[in-house]
Amino acid sequence: MRIVFKTDYMQDIRPWKDGHQLSLYLILLALVVVAPWILNDFYLGELTNVLIWAIAGLGLMILTGHTGQASLGHAAFLAMGCYANVILLEQGVPFVLAFPLAGLITGIVGALVALPAMRLHGIYLAIFTMALSILVDDIIVLTEPWSGGVSGKYVGPVSLFGLEIDRWGTPWAFYWLVLGVTVAVTLGYINLLRSPMGRSFIAVRDSEVSAQAMGVDVARTKTMSFGLSCMVTGWAGALMGLYATVFNNETFTVIISIQLLMMIVIGGLGSIHGAFLGAVVIGFLPQFLSISKEYVGMVFGGSSVAIPGLEVGVFGLILIAFILFEPMGLYGRWLKIRTWFELFPFYRKDMFKRQKSYLKTERLR
Amino acid sequence: MSLLEFENVTLKFGGLTAVNDLSFEVEEGEVFAIVGPNGAGKSTVFNLISRFYDPYAGRIRFDGHDLLQVKPSGVAAYGVARTFQNIELFDHATVLDNLLVGRHRHRRTSLLSELFFTPSVKKQELQNRHVVEEIIDFLDLQPYRDKMIAGLPYGVRKVVEVARALATEPKLLLLDEPASGLSVEETTDMRWWIDDIRRQMGITVLMVEHDMGLVSGVSDRVLAMADGAKLALGTPAEVQSDPAVIEAYLGRAA
Ligand SMILES: Nc1ncnc2c1ncn2[C@@H]1O[C@H](COP(=O)(O)OP(=O)(O)O)[C@@H](O)[C@H]1O
Ligand SMILES: [Mg+2]
Repeated sequence: MRIVFKTDYMQDIRPWKDGHQLSLYLILLALVVVAPWILNDFYLGELTNVLIWAIAGLGLMILTGHTGQASLGHAAFLAMGCYANVILLEQGVPFVLAFPLAGLITGIVGALVALPAMRLHGIYLAIFTMALSILVDDIIVLTEPWSGGVSGKYVGPVSLFGLEIDRWGTPWAFYWLVLGVTVAVTLGYINLLRSPMGRSFIAVRDSEVSAQAMGVDVARTKTMSFGLSCMVTGWAGALMGLYATVFNNETFTVIISIQLLMMIVIGGLGSIHGAFLGAVVIGFLPQFLSISKEYVGMVFGGSSVAIPGLEVGVFGLILIAFILFEPMGLYGRWLKIRTWFELFPFYRKDMFKRQKSYLKTERLR
Repeated sequence: MSLLEFENVTLKFGGLTAVNDLSFEVEEGEVFAIVGPNGAGKSTVFNLISRFYDPYAGRIRFDGHDLLQVKPSGVAAYGVARTFQNIELFDHATVLDNLLVGRHRHRRTSLLSELFFTPSVKKQELQNRHVVEEIIDFLDLQPYRDKMIAGLPYGVRKVVEVARALATEPKLLLLDEPASGLSVEETTDMRWWIDDIRRQMGITVLMVEHDMGLVSGVSDRVLAMADGAKLALGTPAEVQSDPAVIEAYLGRAA
């Protein structure tokens, strides 16, 4: 077991525990940076996809994992970011500007959406945001002149600082773009969590009454959280558009919203790691399923029949299993495994047991 | 001018009058206790000060300000901090982070600077840490600093809640049943801490408490309430020997 001796306040303020942990993250970073030389184009594309999902997951994590507001509508904000980016590009706005703006616009819209959503809690908020997600389809059809409606839109290569970024032609450049955004968002997220704003998100999540008594304006904090969350999600959406190159009103369905929420639950709510772990599961699940389907076909004969909704079904099962057996997600499981090894043989089963929590609203009296 | 003034405050929940034409003043520097049977309206008085409810009638002034003009999240900024009868901590955060939320009213940085963790944010964080560490030392919370609230024993959580309130650097500290559920030793600790909070930190304390030993040990004045109204007000000895108070307690017990 590594014991970290704390000798000054900065040890808790800086994002890494000690040199050992820092070097692990630097090695990981170095590995992903050189990935284009290691992986072939197919796997590089898959990794790019996972990173885009991770950005979207980070976006939703801010709102759901750290502020405690469940959203089943984040596909709407993916769509918003995607369309905003492409429409700006079509207007001749250079990518360096169009991309950040797409996120910013999405963030502002998200904060505005938060205003009516402010009075809603839990399941009601989930239903409200889900309705948004369903509406998006119609909105895109209605705004046809802008959005291309049912026939959709196509987005070609973009150029950044004279570098041509083409998802098919220069997959490595696109990968680095996505990686750059991932790193920037992650760093911003880490900074948020070690600052007053991030702590006020957590305060609102865990107890609105005492957050208020500590001087945290709950409505304002939720609005901020919605804004930040949607901004990041908007960026993920813009990247998804560039990744897919073609999209229409049916690209960002409510199923995507649900997958996104499942992803962060499976990964582990309330942790940055959780967004990444969830993205890995989401990203590789289709591959895993098609491989196992082939395998089943080989063993039992019969052709590889397409089973509609298989992916979503398997996903649902995994989600239910997590909620029942591992509510802290993959990251929680990892923490337990790590503690088991660190404390071997002294690990106790109830070490991570949580206190029963009851409905907060009933606690004021 | 008193630090806190309640003037003919009435609050109704539907047909129930939880606080009934209540007037009292808390002077700067004193420890003021509110006692009374369950359901007397003591916690409701705290919730009124926290602005969770609008009174039906009456005025509440704090430090010369009309508190009824202040929104719930604005009360802390005037220097009022509190604990809750049923402990309201941020359960899935560490003790340290809970106390740091207490520093929120001293936040001077913007969201943008926080996202980049600029030097001014860093400076503020170090300053916050400094204040918080002193409180951790004062209340002997060192062993729990990096622990999640969710796994802590009840007695420790009670202390963490006091610590979080102190982290706001308040003028007035509201303690709702600080000793309920504590062991005898823990209650003794709490007694000395309340004494020190008043003497060393110069913070005025308004507390609700059932433990009469603790109440007479630390408070300068006591307000006895029943059914939302004032029964008696005076020194602990005066209130304990007041016929109306004895009647209210015995009447309930019988
Ligand atoms: N939010 C509320 N809604 C309705 N009734 C309430 C509410 N809060 C308190 N009450 C009622 O007001 C009365 C006083 O409650 P309270 O102030 O909590 O008493 P205590 O003196 O035990 O702290 C009780 O009868 C309680 O049931
Ligand atoms: Mg009470």
